[in-house]
Amino acid sequence: MLAVQNLRLKLNGKSIIDDLSLEVKDGEIHGVLGENGTGKTTIAYLIMGVNNYKPTGGKIIFGGQDIAELSVSQRAKMGISLAWQEPARIEGLTVGDYLRLSGNNQGIEQTKRYLRMVGLEPTQYLDRDIDATLSGGERKRIELASVLAMRPKLAILDEPDSGIDIVALPLIFNGIAEMNKQGSSVLLITHSEKMAEIAHRVSILCGGKIIRTGTPLETSEWFKDNCRTCLHINEPTEEI
Amino acid sequence: MISQSVEKEYQGMLDAYEKAGGDKSALKSKEVARLVIHKNKVLGSDGVKGLKIETRETKSGVDVHLLVEEGAKIPRPVHLCFGILPKEGLQEIIMKVNAKDNSQVSVIAHCIFPNAVKVIHKMDADIEIGNNAKFDYKETHYHGEVGGIEVIPKAKVRVGKGGVWQSTFALSQGLVGRLDYDFEVFCEERAVAELVVKVYGKGSDDIKVWEKIYLNGTGARGLAKSRIVLSDKAKAEVRGETYGNAPYARGHVDCIELVNGTEAVARAIPIVSVTDGRAKVTHEAAIGSIDKKQVETLMARGLDESEAVDVIVRGILR
Repeated sequence: MLAVQNLRLKLNGKSIIDDLSLEVKDGEIHGVLGENGTGKTTIAYLIMGVNNYKPTGGKIIFGGQDIAELSVSQRAKMGISLAWQEPARIEGLTVGDYLRLSGNNQGIEQTKRYLRMVGLEPTQYLDRDIDATLSGGERKRIELASVLAMRPKLAILDEPDSGIDIVALPLIFNGIAEMNKQGSSVLLITHSEKMAEIAHRVSILCGGKIIRTGTPLETSEWFKDNCRTCLHINEPTEEI
Repeated sequence: MISQSVEKEYQGMLDAYEKAGGDKSALKSKEVARLVIHKNKVLGSDGVKGLKIETRETKSGVDVHLLVEEGAKIPRPVHLCFGILPKEGLQEIIMKVNAKDNSQVSVIAHCIFPNAVKVIHKMDADIEIGNNAKFDYKETHYHGEVGGIEVIPKAKVRVGKGGVWQSTFALSQGLVGRLDYDFEVFCEERAVAELVVKVYGKGSDDIKVWEKIYLNGTGARGLAKSRIVLSDKAKAEVRGETYGNAPYARGHVDCIELVNGTEAVARAIPIVSVTDGRAKVTHEAAIGSIDKKQVETLMARGLDESEAVDVIVRGILR
């Protein structure tokens, strides 16, 4: 499905992603577990092609093709999508319209279904704008619902649990499981071992590099023992 | 008997009205108050129970008096249709509105200039909203692609105690040409005024928007909101003014201008003033390019960049 090979990103002479290799198999939920500042969001941006991030080395192979030079739209049309850690707010665009355009105009019943999957009552949300009147948690759940609606081959979920209250957290887990059942492979980016438990495999990211890949159980243990006290800060702080 | 030329003009206006997004059937319904004016000719005018429309044709336009009787609650929106179908012409609408105490009405105005090359459309309105009356006014313009038009809407609105004035001016279809919008509202005790302007400037459009709200009565509230999107070499200047002159008056000026490209020019001048220490007036004005993250969010759902920008612009102007 996705093979990231020897990926590098340097910004202002500083290495952000360092010879990173990663594979997401068909139908797999693949977790990327890392502390803050280790380059998790940067990987998501590089694969999706957003924020002007372009690799300074390596390949991003999707569906047998190196996609590193393709536009965001082209990648999306090939079947990749991204749920942002902090999703944008767009005045005047309703939740219903956002899900409809994400799902290529699937019917209203499907749209409602996706909202229910993430625990949002359609009658309360369909006509609301995805603007600042939504809480951070609501906006994140709508972002997940929009990826569900898109049914991508590969869904990149950047910290889907951050900002979600503890009551709603099971709904996020459920949404990701549903996404996977629908046929999407998932690249699940998180700093939480708990979240990573729903993955089939987990890779640990440190200093812009994958340092270990294994089952959720073994990587979680290793992460707790070795990464919680480590202070690698490797993410760019400014847009390029 | 209606002459053939008038009937033809009327049909032409109805067709243009429908193309502009209007509901043609509403203009034919006997339960709906309506007024259709082409240049300086009144092609159709009907009131309903509780609402009277009087007109007088002048050399360059039409004088209109719209009266909503005391306590009248008009169940269906009043439809106004103003326009000039030929390439050239002048239309001056002098509008006098009296919405008496405790009345309630919603007015939808479509202003249609699909072929304008050298057209001037002026509206000068004097509007009285009575105590506890509610008046909702939506004006949507449909212009052609030449941009040879000047639109000069001016209104002075007085809102009585507990009354509500809400207006939305939208011009996003076709080229604007030159717009000089100037609305001022005076609010008495507990009165509410909301002015909203939404304009999409393209080509070499020249846009001036001036919204003024005077909160003169205790507890009066006002919102002056504008959403302007500019492309090509369009330019816009938005002045939003709110004056808190009475205890517990609350006002807000909210202006967003988006500039798409490198040649368009946007200016915003918010003015907030308080002459009573218990009043509060705030403002926010933002001018900038279309947010890249918003565009990429939509592109990550499969939209092309231009489609994504279009969705964002339509949202802002919705």
